[in-house]
Amino acid sequence: MYGAHDLGGKHGLGPVNPEPENQEPVFHTEWERRAFALTMAVGMLGKWNIDESRYARERQHPVDYLSHSYYENWLAGVTELLLEKGLISEKELAAVMESQIGEKEQQVVEVAADKESLRVPTPAQVQKILTVGGHTLLESDTTPTFTPGDRVRVRKNHTAGHSRAPAYVQGSIGTVVRSHGCHVFPDTHAQQRSGGEHLYSVCFEAESLWGSKAGNTEVLIDLWEPYLESIH
Amino acid sequence: MSHDHAHTEPPSDIELRVKALESLLVEKGLVNPDALNTIIDTYENKVGPRNGAHVVAKAWTDAVFKSALMEDASEAVASLGYVGRQGEHLNVVENTPEIHNLVVCTLCSCYPWTVLGLPPVWYKSAPYRSRVVSDPRGVLEEFGTTLSDTVKIRVWDSTSEMRYLVLPMRPAGTERFSEEQLQDLVTRNSMIGVEQVRLPGVEDESN
Repeated sequence: MYGAHDLGGKHGLGPVNPEPENQEPVFHTEWERRAFALTMAVGMLGKWNIDESRYARERQHPVDYLSHSYYENWLAGVTELLLEKGLISEKELAAVMESQIGEKEQQVVEVAADKESLRVPTPAQVQKILTVGGHTLLESDTTPTFTPGDRVRVRKNHTAGHSRAPAYVQGSIGTVVRSHGCHVFPDTHAQQRSGGEHLYSVCFEAESLWGSKAGNTEVLIDLWEPYLESIH
Repeated sequence: MSHDHAHTEPPSDIELRVKALESLLVEKGLVNPDALNTIIDTYENKVGPRNGAHVVAKAWTDAVFKSALMEDASEAVASLGYVGRQGEHLNVVENTPEIHNLVVCTLCSCYPWTVLGLPPVWYKSAPYRSRVVSDPRGVLEEFGTTLSDTVKIRVWDSTSEMRYLVLPMRPAGTERFSEEQLQDLVTRNSMIGVEQVRLPGVEDESN
């Protein structure tokens, strides 16, 4: 989707202002620490995948996305997914918020957790999940259409769904430099449909993306085969 | 909950919302509170940029390891014990006197967790994500890194599950350094590509 998250090449967002490396903590507040862990933990319930998580953050109103801090966007995304998948309800959240600020006793548990189909990982299982990771390389009996050296154009794709072809590269011509095999395709994965597509690193001269000012720079972007078309 | 504010200051809206969500999820049995602590401990204390510094220093001192690293980085770093989330498909890109590599994720915050830990705030921020693909030299200047116009910059936009780690150039004058001494020179920022590795007290020699 052409959302606020698709930031490459946008102007006016100000200086980077990096914190000195040796002074930056992993988390800046306790709530960031908790928001990170909660998002990771409920992700392990297996009710959604990483592309659905990304899409949930991207679907926010652009003003919200850009004005939120990073972990506020995580919280917004995970809350949306928990609601959409029916694991919690708005009413439950409102009730627990009210009890937090002391306005009333918490008493509403509206949606029964479907314990039968949910596997809530123990600390040992969490450790294993973090260590094993989630591989996206798939077996495929199809032949990649492109090989390194091929010139390709990125298709225009004004989809409202999840996609990983940045707007700034759509319509531009580049050269395939690496073939990575067949990987889970995010556009369909975000709709919980399985399947993979061949993935390539494609190299773009900065001039072809931005005009003549950006000298002696290349931008390399990983793009799946459906994003690309041949140049003859 | 928060230790970042004086006790007299009321908790912020975001603090309340996170706390409410955690209470609800624990009450419903959807998260195991001890599992939350495992996750936090992993990324706060165990997985971080010292892993990457070990990889870089080993690559500088062990040609066989470097060759394996350039061939299949996930497998090579696994041999040092660095495995897991956000490092499943790791690629190492090597800086040379002619080419300087730089990593970004313009669409979100993809980053090689197994070797660098969680990304710094600036890496996830709109200013970095928007500008580094269109004005990398300007962004590098903000980090105090000036590259000659003759050095080609390669910006890797991490749009897939491929993760990129920059192998910086080993600084001159470190020929007698041990692997451990070299590790101490390698900064997180140099492995993202916004800095070069320097000997303390030595100015940038790349110009």
